Amino acid sequence: MFPTEHFLFLAALLFSLGLVIIITKRNTIMMLLGIELMLNASNLNLVAFNMLLPDTVDGQIFALFVIIVAVSEAAVGLAIVLQVYQYYQTSIPDSISELKE
Amino acid sequence: MTFVAFMFYFFEAVAALSAVGLALVRNVFYGALLLVACLLALAGIYVLAFAEFIAVTQILIYAGGILVVIIFGIMLTTKISDRPLVVEHSYILSGILAAAACFCLLVFVLSKESFVSMTAYVSPPVNSVKTIGVSLFSKYMLPFEVAGVLLLIALIGASVLASNIKSKKE
Repeated sequence: MFPTEHFLFLAALLFSLGLVIIITKRNTIMMLLGIELMLNASNLNLVAFNMLLPDTVDGQIFALFVIIVAVSEAAVGLAIVLQVYQYYQTSIPDSISELKE
Repeated sequence: MTFVAFMFYFFEAVAALSAVGLALVRNVFYGALLLVACLLALAGIYVLAFAEFIAVTQILIYAGGILVVIIFGIMLTTKISDRPLVVEHSYILSGILAAAACFCLLVFVLSKESFVSMTAYVSPPVNSVKTIGVSLFSKYMLPFEVAGVLLLIALIGASVLASNIKSKKE
C-alpha cells in the first residue's frame, strides 16, 4: 500500500507534460500523443482513488471506459490526420487554416 | 526498502522521465516509443495499485493497439526516403507557462489535502477481476453496451474517413 499522494503527484506531472506537448509541438501526431498522455494521467488518478475504497471497483471500471474512449479517439483522430495530410500535404496544424483551397 | 517499493519508485521514475523525454524529443518515431515506455511503466504502477485488470488492458490496448495505429500514421504521413520527420517547437514559453501553472495549481491543492482511506485497514481487494466482470455485466450493463456501440461507430467512422476510394457510380 503506497501513499496516494505519489500517484496523484505523478498524475499531475504527466497531465502538465501532456499540456506542454499539445501546445508546443508543431505536428498533429505529436499532439495526439500528448492527448493520450493526459488521458493516462486521469486514469492513474481514478485507479489511485479506487485504491482508497477497496470494497468497490467503480474507479477501475471508469478507467476502463476512459481507455475505450481513448481508443475511439485515437482511431478517428488518426484517420482525420491522414486525410488532412493527403489533402494539404502537411501535418503542421498551424498551416491548415483554410477550409477550402 | 523492500523489492516492491523499489519497483514502485522505479516505475514512477520511468513514467516521469519518459514523459519528460516525450516533451523534449523532436523525432515523432522516438516520441511514440517513449510513449510506449511511459504506458508500460503506468501498467506496472496499476499492478501495484491492486488494479490488475486495468494493467492488462493497458498493455493490450495501448502498447498493442493504439501505438501500432500511431506508428502506421507516422509511416503514412512521412515521405519514404525523406529525412526523418523532425518536429518544430513553437509557443514554447506560453506552453511551459500554462503547464507550470496547471502543475503548480494541482500540487498546491494536493498538498493541502491528505488522502486517507475511509476504511480503517486497507487490504487488497479479493479477486478484483471477478468483481469487475460481475459488475460490468450487472451494475454497468448500460454503459458497457453504449461503449460497444461507440466502438462500432468509431470503427466505421475511421474506416470511412481513411478510405479515399471514390465510388464508380458518378
